[in-house]
Amino acid sequence: MTVLLEVTNLRTEFSARAGLVRAVDGVSLQISRGECLGVVGESGSGKSVTFSSIMGLVRPPGRVTQGTIFFDGRDLRGMSPEEMRGVRGRDIAMTMQDALTALNPALTIGEQLAEVLVAHDETLPTGRAARRVAIKDRCVEMLGLVGIPSPDSRLRQYPHEFSGGMRQRIMIAIALACRPKLLIADEPTTALDVTIQAQVLELISDIRARMGMAVALITHDLGVVAEHCDRVMVMYAGQVVEEGPTEDVIGHPRHPYTRGLLASIPRPAMRGQPLTPIKGQVPNLMGLAPQCRFHSRCPLAEPSCLVEVPMLSAGPGRRARCLRLEETV
Amino acid sequence: MSLSRLLERLLQLIPVLLGVSAIAFLMMALTPGDPVQIMIGDQSITPEQEAELRRGLGLDRPLLERFFIFLGNALQFDFGTSFYHRRPVSDVIAERLPATIELSLVALIVALVTAIPLGVLAAIRKNSILDRLATVGSLLGVSLPGFWFGILLIMLFAVHLQILPVSGRIGYSSEVSTITGFLLFDTLLHGDLPAFGDALRHILLPAITLGLPMTAILMRVTRTSMLEVLRQDYVTFADAKGLPRRRVLFRHALKNALIPTVSVAAIETGSLLGGNMIVEAVFGWPGLGRLVVESIFLRNYPLVQAAVLLYAVTYVLLNFIADILYTVLNPRVKL
Amino acid sequence: MTDATLTHTPPADSLFRRNLRDFRRNRLAMASVIVMLIFVIMTVAAPLIAPHDPNQTDLFRRLQPPAWIDGGDWRFVLGCDGLGRDILSRIIYGARISIFIGVVVIVLATGVGILAGLAAGYFRGWVDVVIGRVVDILLGFPYLIFAIGLMAMMGPGLVNIVLALAYKEWVIPCRVVRGETLAVRELEYVEAARALGAGSGHIMWREILPNIMSPVIVVSTIRMANVIILEASLSFLGLGVQPPTASWGSMVSDGRAFILEAWWVSTFPGLAIVLLVLAINVASQGLRDAFDPRFSE
Repeated sequence: MTVLLEVTNLRTEFSARAGLVRAVDGVSLQISRGECLGVVGESGSGKSVTFSSIMGLVRPPGRVTQGTIFFDGRDLRGMSPEEMRGVRGRDIAMTMQDALTALNPALTIGEQLAEVLVAHDETLPTGRAARRVAIKDRCVEMLGLVGIPSPDSRLRQYPHEFSGGMRQRIMIAIALACRPKLLIADEPTTALDVTIQAQVLELISDIRARMGMAVALITHDLGVVAEHCDRVMVMYAGQVVEEGPTEDVIGHPRHPYTRGLLASIPRPAMRGQPLTPIKGQVPNLMGLAPQCRFHSRCPLAEPSCLVEVPMLSAGPGRRARCLRLEETV
Repeated sequence: MSLSRLLERLLQLIPVLLGVSAIAFLMMALTPGDPVQIMIGDQSITPEQEAELRRGLGLDRPLLERFFIFLGNALQFDFGTSFYHRRPVSDVIAERLPATIELSLVALIVALVTAIPLGVLAAIRKNSILDRLATVGSLLGVSLPGFWFGILLIMLFAVHLQILPVSGRIGYSSEVSTITGFLLFDTLLHGDLPAFGDALRHILLPAITLGLPMTAILMRVTRTSMLEVLRQDYVTFADAKGLPRRRVLFRHALKNALIPTVSVAAIETGSLLGGNMIVEAVFGWPGLGRLVVESIFLRNYPLVQAAVLLYAVTYVLLNFIADILYTVLNPRVKL
Repeated sequence: MTDATLTHTPPADSLFRRNLRDFRRNRLAMASVIVMLIFVIMTVAAPLIAPHDPNQTDLFRRLQPPAWIDGGDWRFVLGCDGLGRDILSRIIYGARISIFIGVVVIVLATGVGILAGLAAGYFRGWVDVVIGRVVDILLGFPYLIFAIGLMAMMGPGLVNIVLALAYKEWVIPCRVVRGETLAVRELEYVEAARALGAGSGHIMWREILPNIMSPVIVVSTIRMANVIILEASLSFLGLGVQPPTASWGSMVSDGRAFILEAWWVSTFPGLAIVLLVLAINVASQGLRDAFDPRFSE
């Protein structure tokens, strides 16, 4: 598989009144064509900001201050804002956590779907009438693809006239309208009922297989990752702390934080054993010292951990940011 | 919005309108000074004639009864006779109303066309020089008393630069016969373009003066709501779709940001009613506001009473419209 | 009352101090406070500061221009009006009217508004309905129209202006207090006081009121600017303070007769209004930013 997205040493900072907050600090990642990467972490771990940065959607007071982002051989950080608009929605698309807030309440879903096509699709016919028909056909097709019943009649409706699950599907349809090479799905199920969660994830997996598109699935649910992702990347306090093939990481976590995460969720295999939440709190991202960020909560921490820790090899295709890796073999 | 909900809202207006009428009635009923004495003035009159007059005006009846008579008459636009004009109050008011409505509408237009673009620009370029100027400007706009601002404009444009007239609605030479009472319309209907220009030149300064506080408020509302909207997820999502910036700003953001602006505009249109009194006094504008102030000094109470009621009812209805507009424009609010 | 309730009360005092510190850091707001103070001093010490008797007419000085213009005289810095009275002295005395009316109306209205709003928000039920109706009806009048109607009925005069404005003004603090009370009355510390058997009066006065004062103060300052403009507007129309008493609104009105030859007669008193109102508006915005961040951007 060839590399589609390659991010190296990305740093994104927000200037707040009290000082500079480093929300993303030295993140490197790769996604291959057609691959599904799971991105896991608590809220505030920098997983969403990482992907906003990749899409060029970080707004002031936030700023990407270092790193390189190559997508399909093109340097995204070197692009002008106008060039980035040509990439977003066409090559890289995104869905947001809650479709209720992500869809514009004042516009019909037909318009919100059609406008992406108008912005990016050069294959549309140029004649007015033909163009209109083509756009409408594509919209109907997309809504059908994501499983909206009688799509034709629903194009004129507003977001509030749909159920939560339907809205999520519509948002996915919008994101997929131009058949992107990469879909960034930011917590696609958090806002949904459990029964609908599974349907939406199935939909994403299904379409991924059919379109051969890569997916970055941002979530805090390791169960979702286990089921849908090829590889997983765990983030903590703005850094990647562990990455590797999904089965390996979940079956045999090496970083104490990943282990803590896994111990804090109920799993059938562990029935009868008590759940153990991770003690302590995520550190304040302002003015962090160059040292292991997890040490205050880490059961393995020693004074020697108070140094800057690089990503270390942890087996074939695996890396983790921990000095005590020999203790977690 | 459903029809039944609309009806319910309309029903809620009734107690307010009743209360407003009661206050307008009491204001004048409790006014010290006998209306009959005012009517008589210097004429000599026998006590019998005076009692007859009193009975004719219904002043010998109990207060509550008088209120219901007042209310019944008001519903038929009968507000009695203007002591001063010796004509029905409703006729006198109807004659002056177009001038006031015309001025208010032009002020409204002036406010909308300046406030909305400025507010949007200030929000898009937050913290820029333009934004700061707009903020200072809106603060000044609500701090300048209309009567003084109007006089300053007159001194600058009419006295010093001599490019605009000092007062009135139109010059003598341009006067046209009345069709609708709205001079900007009437001059056009007559096909008299120079007269239209003259009317426009006359209305400019009063409209700016009247519209100034509204401009300031609308600009601030537009800026705030635009900033609020620009923070919303759907704007981020529109950006994530790679739409042209113009489309993100004007189709996605502005359409939502204007919802509060429009309903505040409707409410503020009501406050133009009060401003009219001042502006008409400053610019010698022959409208209802000036008529009311004159009538107070002439102790022409039936007219003052009718005008106060008219203003209040208009104001209540405008607030009602603002309410309805807000829900109609906002597909999210299901009522 | 026992100490138990006190421990449930949020530490209003320290929060207040922090807000105050925020406010003091806002330089523009502090400058406005200084301008306001200058006006207050003018009000209190008018006879000491004013260079002349404000009502002293001198027909030889009729429409004398300000000092820096030909024909001016430094003893009459801002020039003289149509009766030869010193404009600066009249502005200084006029501040008394504006500030007196602004303060008295706001104090009266806030007092009444707090009582009515607390009652409506705390007792709910029919009390709320009755007060709500009265508020709705009063809100049905454009402010100036209502005041003009009342002035027409009561006749001019200082007390009548205060009454005409206060009759409507109390509605605004009332609505704020009612809304805040509704929000606060269900909070834990109020529940705790109620559970400990505190009476309604005590709860309203000691538990609720101190915690809702910030928005009330913020709104009252903003409104004071408005009341001052309204008073000036009434005086401008001739329905306010009667001559020869100096009031800024009537001074501007007097000057209208001379806009062709003596711009200063209208301009300076109007400038005084703008300066005071602007200072109040800026200060209240600073207050709002410091004390009630919900309403700031």
